[in-house]
Amino acid sequence: MSANPPEQPRIGVDEWVASAAERRARTVAGRIEEIGERTPAAVKLVALALPFAVFPLLVDSGYLMQVGIDTLIFVLLALGLNVAVGWVGLLDLGFVAFAGLGAYLYAAVASEYAGRHWDATLAIPAIAIAVAVAGFLLGLPSRRLVGDYLAIVTLFFLQIWLVVLINASFTRGPNGISDLHPLEFFGRPVTSLDGLYYVALGAFVLVVAFLYLLNRSRTGRAWRALREDELAAELMTMPVNRLKLMAFAVGAGIAGVAGALFAPVQGAVFPANFDIVILITVYAMVVLGGAGSLVGVTVGAVLISASLEALRGPDDASWLFYAALVVTLVLLVRRPWWMPLAVLGGTIAFGFVVHEVAEQVRPSLVAGVPVGQARIDELVDSWVLLPENIVTADGLPTGAFGRLLYIGFVAAVLALTLIRHRVWRVVCLVPVLYLAAVVWENLLLPQPAVARYVLIGALLVGLMASRPQGLFGRLRVEIV
Amino acid sequence: MDWDKLVQLLVNGVTLGSVYALVALGFSMVYGILKLLNLAHGDVLMVGAFIGWGVIGWLGGAQDPNVAVWILIVLMVLAAMAGCGLLGVAIERFAYRPLRRAPRIAPLISALGVSFFIQNSVLLLFGADFRSYDTFDLVDVEVGIEFGPLRVWVVRLVVIGAALAMMVALWLLVTRTKLGKAMRATAIDREAAAMMGIDVDKVIVKTFFIGSALAGAAGVLVGLVFGQINHFMGFGYGLKGFTAAVVGGIGSIPGAMFGGLFIGLAEALSVGYIEDFTRGRLGSAFSDLVVFLILVLFMLLRPQGIFGKPDVKKV
Repeated sequence: MSANPPEQPRIGVDEWVASAAERRARTVAGRIEEIGERTPAAVKLVALALPFAVFPLLVDSGYLMQVGIDTLIFVLLALGLNVAVGWVGLLDLGFVAFAGLGAYLYAAVASEYAGRHWDATLAIPAIAIAVAVAGFLLGLPSRRLVGDYLAIVTLFFLQIWLVVLINASFTRGPNGISDLHPLEFFGRPVTSLDGLYYVALGAFVLVVAFLYLLNRSRTGRAWRALREDELAAELMTMPVNRLKLMAFAVGAGIAGVAGALFAPVQGAVFPANFDIVILITVYAMVVLGGAGSLVGVTVGAVLISASLEALRGPDDASWLFYAALVVTLVLLVRRPWWMPLAVLGGTIAFGFVVHEVAEQVRPSLVAGVPVGQARIDELVDSWVLLPENIVTADGLPTGAFGRLLYIGFVAAVLALTLIRHRVWRVVCLVPVLYLAAVVWENLLLPQPAVARYVLIGALLVGLMASRPQGLFGRLRVEIV
Repeated sequence: MDWDKLVQLLVNGVTLGSVYALVALGFSMVYGILKLLNLAHGDVLMVGAFIGWGVIGWLGGAQDPNVAVWILIVLMVLAAMAGCGLLGVAIERFAYRPLRRAPRIAPLISALGVSFFIQNSVLLLFGADFRSYDTFDLVDVEVGIEFGPLRVWVVRLVVIGAALAMMVALWLLVTRTKLGKAMRATAIDREAAAMMGIDVDKVIVKTFFIGSALAGAAGVLVGLVFGQINHFMGFGYGLKGFTAAVVGGIGSIPGAMFGGLFIGLAEALSVGYIEDFTRGRLGSAFSDLVVFLILVLFMLLRPQGIFGKPDVKKV
């Protein structure tokens, strides 16, 4: 034990490892965690579910309730994925296929098309078990595979699943199955948005409680041991293969529940509901919150689901984007405290100067109109360069200029990360921030549906490079 | 037995296979050196196809190119190789290198993000519509070599020839040059190679450049043969290329070539015959299923592939 731990964390030095818990206890995150440890599980569960429970009381718009239901279903998906990815460390890229299986199974037991009508009290547990079995079966050929092979086999499986859904006749192909029966509990159908929301919330509470207990159990500890060091776990006589299969099955079962709730909420199922886009979105949720932490995964899922929804319309999207830009700025230059303000002021001044110069030199560079109607867009109009006709009515760049602007911006962001010198870094940050606003207003905002997925991809890469443990995760202390 | 159909399918299979082999080589080289599955590799191929498409448009379009057709094709391939090589280097530098000491799952998730980012960026800049190479305007379908009753379109021969030439060049590079020796040494043991004075980082960068350049060339070749490209095309080629690398034995160059050919032929034959064999129950779209079954079978029975050596786990 060292009395003076070194300033810089030195991975692989034993004293540093030994004092890790001690140092953690001194940080804010460590204190919060300590409080978490001492609180009884039931209180924590209530605290986690409370914001969801009061949400319907605060909003009175059907649209927001729909968003709430979708968010809860996304939370369920993220919790299911967390079992394989966060706890066991298996990269399961076929995960959303199980959600699809759950949804299609619901269509098979409760729809006009299938001619059957099961009560949800029977259907949902049955679907959960059936999908868990399917997860087990997919795990069978994959169980010997280490991370990378597993990833590709499961990704290929997802592709096959989509091929079957689209081309098989019994799934009605891309048209999907659209006359599903509503959820029915003991003969009472649930059709109101509030009702569906509380059903989803009930499923969330059950799943979180189940996962919490599972994580504390012998199996949960074995899973974590497996994630940290498979070889060592095997030497400790842990049944490695069986544990992996269990993780697959549990994750798949939860995905099945999410799918079985999603199908009646939407009233229909389509192959496109469960494709790669959803897969990567769910991955972003798990990674943002912090793989392995139930609270983290829940928060990550809510954040991403809400942001994706806000990014649909140009007005909310603009606010969100500029807020995110400022947050990023503060994270990048935290010290001294006035530095973010200085950079922000510098960027605003820089923008007005560039705008003024452009107006004098080439008026066509500022002749465009902002996409949004919100107040922020009026401000932006006199600050950001808005060239005329840079995009078509569909939002696609009309020529090489727009494309080069985008590629140049990406290159500038990447180059910025290479600058080591503190002062230069801050100086160069100013034009890059301005460029970000220009690219956003001119290229991303006209196509919000695509822009949000561009941002998700960038978020995944950026998070992995800067904070792989996510918001709530813990960095592993490793002895090399 | 319809021999013409069989021969035609074999030709298709070899064409497809040579493209898969190029993709598999990139996968295999990177995997050999970094033990990292570059999930964004298929998207690099897609970017290559778009660069080739851009070159056609820049040089006057397929109907009336400003230069001779063969020069145009060479320029397309070279531009795609250079552009994709740089893209590969950038991916390595910014998405993988910061994670070299992270848990194994981290670079894979980062790769997933890169793939998603590239795909959606291209979607943002070029839209979801298919873009056409207009190869029929570029090279007449009638131009070709006759084998009995069958005429093989010259573009197919160009694709097969170009792929072969690149594979031979790569083979010579790996076996005969100093860089190749450094690459092999790094693949066997990175730390030991570093101790022997090999600049491992440089070797990794060069490997990424070469592998991605091959994918870029493959993208142009795909565009030439099949005519149409879009932002999502890389996904399928990435999956098939990886399957080819696994079947051949990941990390092995002859394995990647053989695996590519094998998967290409398997796909072409199943496209041609799956309807006959299942009496019309499964359409040709299910050829992916056949490739998937091959992958699963290999994973179960011979995970090290045809040319690979069994994996010995180091403790």
